[in-house]
Amino acid sequence: MIVKLSGGTVYDPTNGVNGKRRDIYIKDGRIINKPDIQAKIGKTYDLRGKVIMSGAIDIHTHIGGGKVNLARMMLPEDHRDDTVKRTSITRAGCGHAVPSTLTAGYRYAEMGYTSCFEPAMLPANARQTHMEMADTPIVDKGAYALLGNDDFFLQMLAAKKDQAAINDYVAWIIQSSQALGIKVVNPGGINAFKFNQRKLDLDDKNPFYNVSPREILISLSRAVHELGIPHPLHVHGCNLGVPGNKHSTLDTIEGVEGLPMHLTHIQFHSYGNEGDRKFSSGAAEIAESVNKHKNISIDVGQILFGQTVTASGDTMHQYEGHWHAHPKKWLLMDIECDAGCGVVPFRYEDKNFVNALQWAIGLELFLQVDDPWRIFLTTDHPNGAPFTTYPHLIRLLMDRGFRNDMLSTINKAAASSSILASLDREYSLYEIAIMTRAAPARSLGLKDRGHLGSGAAADITVYTEHRNKERMFAKPDYVFKDGELVAEKGKVVHVTSGGTHTLRPDYNTGIEKSLVKYFERYVNIKLGNFKLADDEITDLGKGKLIIQPCVR
Amino acid sequence: MTQDTNSKRFEEVPCPFCSLLCDDLVISQLKDSLKVKQNGCKLAKTRFEENQPRVSPTIADKACPLEDAIMESAKILKRSNQALIGGLGTDVNGMRAALRLTEKAGAVIDHMHSNAAFRNLDVLQNHGYVMTTLAEIRNRADLIIFAGTDANTNFPRFFERIINPSHSLVKINKKERQLVYIGDKLDSLPAGKSPGKRPIKLQCRQDQIGEVFSILHALSVGLEIDKPIIGNIKLSQLKKLTELLHKASYGVIIWAPGELDFPYAELTVQTITEIIKYLNRMTRFAGFSLGGSEGGMTATQVTAWQSGYPSRVSYARGFPDFDAYRFSGKRLLETNELDAIFWVSSLGAPIDLPDRRIPSIVLAAPSVKINGKPDVYIPVGIPGINHTGQMIRTDGVVSFKLKKLQNSEHPGVADVINRITQAYR
Repeated sequence: MIVKLSGGTVYDPTNGVNGKRRDIYIKDGRIINKPDIQAKIGKTYDLRGKVIMSGAIDIHTHIGGGKVNLARMMLPEDHRDDTVKRTSITRAGCGHAVPSTLTAGYRYAEMGYTSCFEPAMLPANARQTHMEMADTPIVDKGAYALLGNDDFFLQMLAAKKDQAAINDYVAWIIQSSQALGIKVVNPGGINAFKFNQRKLDLDDKNPFYNVSPREILISLSRAVHELGIPHPLHVHGCNLGVPGNKHSTLDTIEGVEGLPMHLTHIQFHSYGNEGDRKFSSGAAEIAESVNKHKNISIDVGQILFGQTVTASGDTMHQYEGHWHAHPKKWLLMDIECDAGCGVVPFRYEDKNFVNALQWAIGLELFLQVDDPWRIFLTTDHPNGAPFTTYPHLIRLLMDRGFRNDMLSTINKAAASSSILASLDREYSLYEIAIMTRAAPARSLGLKDRGHLGSGAAADITVYTEHRNKERMFAKPDYVFKDGELVAEKGKVVHVTSGGTHTLRPDYNTGIEKSLVKYFERYVNIKLGNFKLADDEITDLGKGKLIIQPCVR
Repeated sequence: MTQDTNSKRFEEVPCPFCSLLCDDLVISQLKDSLKVKQNGCKLAKTRFEENQPRVSPTIADKACPLEDAIMESAKILKRSNQALIGGLGTDVNGMRAALRLTEKAGAVIDHMHSNAAFRNLDVLQNHGYVMTTLAEIRNRADLIIFAGTDANTNFPRFFERIINPSHSLVKINKKERQLVYIGDKLDSLPAGKSPGKRPIKLQCRQDQIGEVFSILHALSVGLEIDKPIIGNIKLSQLKKLTELLHKASYGVIIWAPGELDFPYAELTVQTITEIIKYLNRMTRFAGFSLGGSEGGMTATQVTAWQSGYPSRVSYARGFPDFDAYRFSGKRLLETNELDAIFWVSSLGAPIDLPDRRIPSIVLAAPSVKINGKPDVYIPVGIPGINHTGQMIRTDGVVSFKLKKLQNSEHPGVADVINRITQAYR
């Protein structure tokens, strides 16, 4: 059956379409060119006056895996005021900062999102991460495998193994954990914390392996690049949350020697240490550097005020963060010679100087980075705020009056130390479409997502334009996933399961020889059992695998 | 897997029968019987090798077709106002199915071992903790304190796999590794055979362990204690141990919530986890919990991601409603607040049905002993023997894909429950 979306105003940056009236045709889950006159149109949606974009893509959202599940268990109070009843088509669940997998999938779809990427999958925990993603309905999923703190990699680096061997290992990890990319968190720092090191700057050495974060970053970004993994190395840098950390962030940008690199939740890494309170915005310098270095992309990790929970692999800095836990409970875990995790509940207060300035810094970054193709909209869900705040964040970006109204309510000292009031920029719908669709799809190498051209997957969101952009983006009129109508007026109407994007980079299987030995000796797990088989996602998880090509 | 005419040989077989999920078993199959050839503990040998009697589904003790047993189960649940979906000795897909059924039936879901699990979960939900996993202990720990467990009795391969490895990443001089036992009736023999220093044994009742750790915490902070003796432990011994705590590079305290079986044991877990947090101000320390067998950790994790809560969840109001007291399966059974029981035990745990007349449905592996007569009995396959599946290890991080070793005439738990859910109208 052919479905026609008739007369809507289309924003499709990949194909250069900026607010033009276009008809869109869907057949067998794909967008097709205008069919022959004779072709039968099975259903037509009259979308005159509506705004059409492809389904939105969240490039960085903690939706599955050990630390998220620990956060769920730790915080019954997070869910109690946001219970979700079962309906004839949807399962029961709960929402807020760490929603149940089921509710997370529904709410993303209801908000017009059709793909979500879990950014911190520990290879040791990959199987469970995929189980949780399998139970996240409707949206497509994918995950970045965490490397750079695992003892196997650090051993290789310490032994000065050549890049080819490192590449083999990285490719092996991608395949055995069914990942779509590679992430590094506090390069070497999670490992160093296991040796009781509490700080690790870009050129400090891990006390045991004697390698620096800089070496780790270069080695991993080169591997990602040389293997043709589309998404650049996804980097959570050194010194998260530390006043003055803008210096290590700037050094990191310079230090990667022109290789492609994605700096994630950069808001948390854009702090100066000036002023009476030794805490200031570094956004202008960071934005300037990002503007200059075309090899760099970022996502912001905007904070928004209210209760949330921080869940991170960065044990070193989550330990320091625990003094600010709200409510007063926290957990930390060293994991399997692989990495670690820390969960610290947190309440961002608009009257608190530091929190208010963090809010302003995030917005300063959004407004000062020129190229929307290299900056993605995230709150680092749930670390800066739950993903359900995205419509509010979009309004802050698109509506200067609203932004300034909000600015006038936050901590006065923070407001006056920020340049936010002087920033006139308002994002356009086209730029929002870039930042939430076209750019993340391009960055992840998803050629048939994030756009509305012929051949694209029919992941489509239809909005009613409204002066209040929060209202506009909160409840799209229609959301189609692979051509099926899944949500209408902000409510799920049909549940699908979504797929899992992965890669199959080439590698020399000789690497398994040393891995077998390493796993036998140290991890005490059989290599064959460590690897996540395809049928665990397809048969046991009842999902589908979508293999994306590498781009060598 | 190699195959000749009569026998099959399976290697790298994960064992689902305790929460360590050792994955190096070698098992051979000859005709209908399995034999653990290498690397199995006593429990693994018993469970893999035990003869599964020929049984069929029953209703009121009379053999019936599976379809009838499924329809009858749906009917019983349909009639109930507060059913317990319990036992939950199953794998990830079994849990997925159980949660779907619980939701549809507006029932309560809780695992058979949740009393033990909540000794940890209460602490997690009130204070949080610092934990570690098996490979970290194996490679990094230079001080290991067994608090109320010897690890060996219930997890027979713990020493072989974790304490006595021939290699470690970090050169802990094995002779320098110190093991300490605190508690009652602990078997320190394996530690005596370990290459490390002579183990320290501090004898006290299990319910005094909390007090011992409180004193260690106070001593660590630098407070003076004037109580001379706790259990059979002298204050001077605790002072010496305090020095060891501070000298450790990577200390680990291991407990087994199931073996801290006395009232308010969660407070003992809390004293342990709080001293661990404190010691992390100076050095590295972490806790490790041994528990979650019979699918306990798997049940907790799956329930958490699908409902938001670890266990003891009611769906009577249409949404997941968590209350660690009200929705404890054990309590609901004791206070006669249930009008149907749905019990799953596919991994071997025996079943005790209550004496009172409450309609009961049992899904169990054929060899599982049932004390009492269920209204509906449905034999099921065993995950990791009769069908593949996934299970989660005691640390809640690592999971395994189970292998299918031999056919069974019985379907798996997930399959049966999904059919009951479908029949439930």
